[in-house]
Amino acid sequence: MEQRGAHIEFIHAGLVFEDGVERLRALRDLSISVSPGQSVALIGPSGCGKSTTLRLAAGMLAPTEGDVLVNGSPVAKPRKETALIPQDLGLLPWKTALQNAALGLIIRKVGKSQAHELAAAALAQVGLAGFEQSWPKELSGGMRQRLALARALAMDADLLLMDEPLSAVDALLRESLQDLLLDLWRERGHTQMLVTHSIEEAVFLGERILVFSSRPATLVADIANLRMGTAGWRDSAEFAALCNEVRAALALSHLPGNDEKAS
Amino acid sequence: MMRGPLLRKIGGYAFAVVFIVAGWWLTALALNSPALPTPAETVQVLAENLEVLVPFFCTSAYRVIVSLVIGTALAVPIAQVCARSRVLDALFAPVLYLLYPIPKVVLLPILLVLLGLADAPKIVLISLTVFFQVLVAVRDAVRAVPESAVVSVRALGGSAWDEYRHVAIPATMPAVFTSLRIGVGTAIAVLFIAEAMAGSTGLGYFIMQSWSMVNYPRMFAGIIAMALLGVVLYAIFDLLERRLTRWR
Repeated sequence: MEQRGAHIEFIHAGLVFEDGVERLRALRDLSISVSPGQSVALIGPSGCGKSTTLRLAAGMLAPTEGDVLVNGSPVAKPRKETALIPQDLGLLPWKTALQNAALGLIIRKVGKSQAHELAAAALAQVGLAGFEQSWPKELSGGMRQRLALARALAMDADLLLMDEPLSAVDALLRESLQDLLLDLWRERGHTQMLVTHSIEEAVFLGERILVFSSRPATLVADIANLRMGTAGWRDSAEFAALCNEVRAALALSHLPGNDEKAS
Repeated sequence: MMRGPLLRKIGGYAFAVVFIVAGWWLTALALNSPALPTPAETVQVLAENLEVLVPFFCTSAYRVIVSLVIGTALAVPIAQVCARSRVLDALFAPVLYLLYPIPKVVLLPILLVLLGLADAPKIVLISLTVFFQVLVAVRDAVRAVPESAVVSVRALGGSAWDEYRHVAIPATMPAVFTSLRIGVGTAIAVLFIAEAMAGSTGLGYFIMQSWSMVNYPRMFAGIIAMALLGVVLYAIFDLLERRLTRWR
């Protein structure tokens, strides 16, 4: 398949939340460029602003400083071609698996029969064929993860943003879902940004691993991961070595002195 | 549906009917009063009065169904909008808080003066009762909708209408039907009082007229008809609730 991922640029992007009483700086002077088709993992201390970064890329938040560009233009509102899988997966319990998978298309005004056709194909792609009429509560945790992924696939996204999508499943299932994510990414060539707490997941799924500092988030390391996706990568010595490198960078990001009260 | 559970359910209802009828029969025999006829006498009177009873039943059914529709149709959109707007909610919550506990039935005399003796005062009164019950239930249900569901629709580029269509409305469906199912009892009680007090139509009037004529079997036929109205409406809402909320 042709390379058709989106190009994301953060140019000196910053974000301050203000609610009249308090000012909270979530992000400071963040500059990153993710080239089309790249898979990037974001890792950093809890509450450091990784999710905020994802929401900026999704167009759900606007930066208060600098710019966030997707394919060269600022993202003022959610793009048609961006799919975001939130941490809780965003499945609607009152919709069947098929309706959940089709939701993005329905909202984008695709006709119902076509939306359901595409959704059914996406369900099959993630191994959920036969579960079209199941309710989310009837699906296991891993199946729900697949369903959330199917929704993104049905939309034919060129940018897939994931906020710790695999945090709720056990280790073995997690690895099989990581394999699925990797396969789909290689097959489709979309750009992806994955927020994760797991160092192994970051090293397995990120061609680049961006390590964030604690809040306000800044980039402390941008680690290239050239062997990502090669056969046997997860079991190689280099994989373990890179995990250690990320772990060291992460430890640095926790060091005091990085915190700054918003001015 | 599976056959087993269905049969068991029918069996359960059959047992309930037998239980109630037996209790009624024993009570009637024990009291030995013309005010409480036995089921056998009632069936006989019911059959005799069926022709007279049907128009009264239809009038009452019409009033209560129209009122349920009006009350719900007004309450649901108002509850949805109020609960999702902090300003409107702050404005209307105290009003609602003060008005909700007032038994609407005490407004009947006023409505009779203003609207006469026909359908209008009854429908307005029952609609008011239903309106507040549904309003409160739906308002609470809207506030219980997980924020993450709204966010997920927004992340997909959904408009405010999409948030209603895909989240707020389906999420509050169970509350609407639960409040209607429970509200049917109150609605029929209010209907009875309204019809008994004013006018010359409806089952409430039929029952009180038979009472004043000291025609107890006829009175009892009316009571059974009113009970039937309640049971049928309750069963309809129960069925709708189950059908529309299978996801739960």
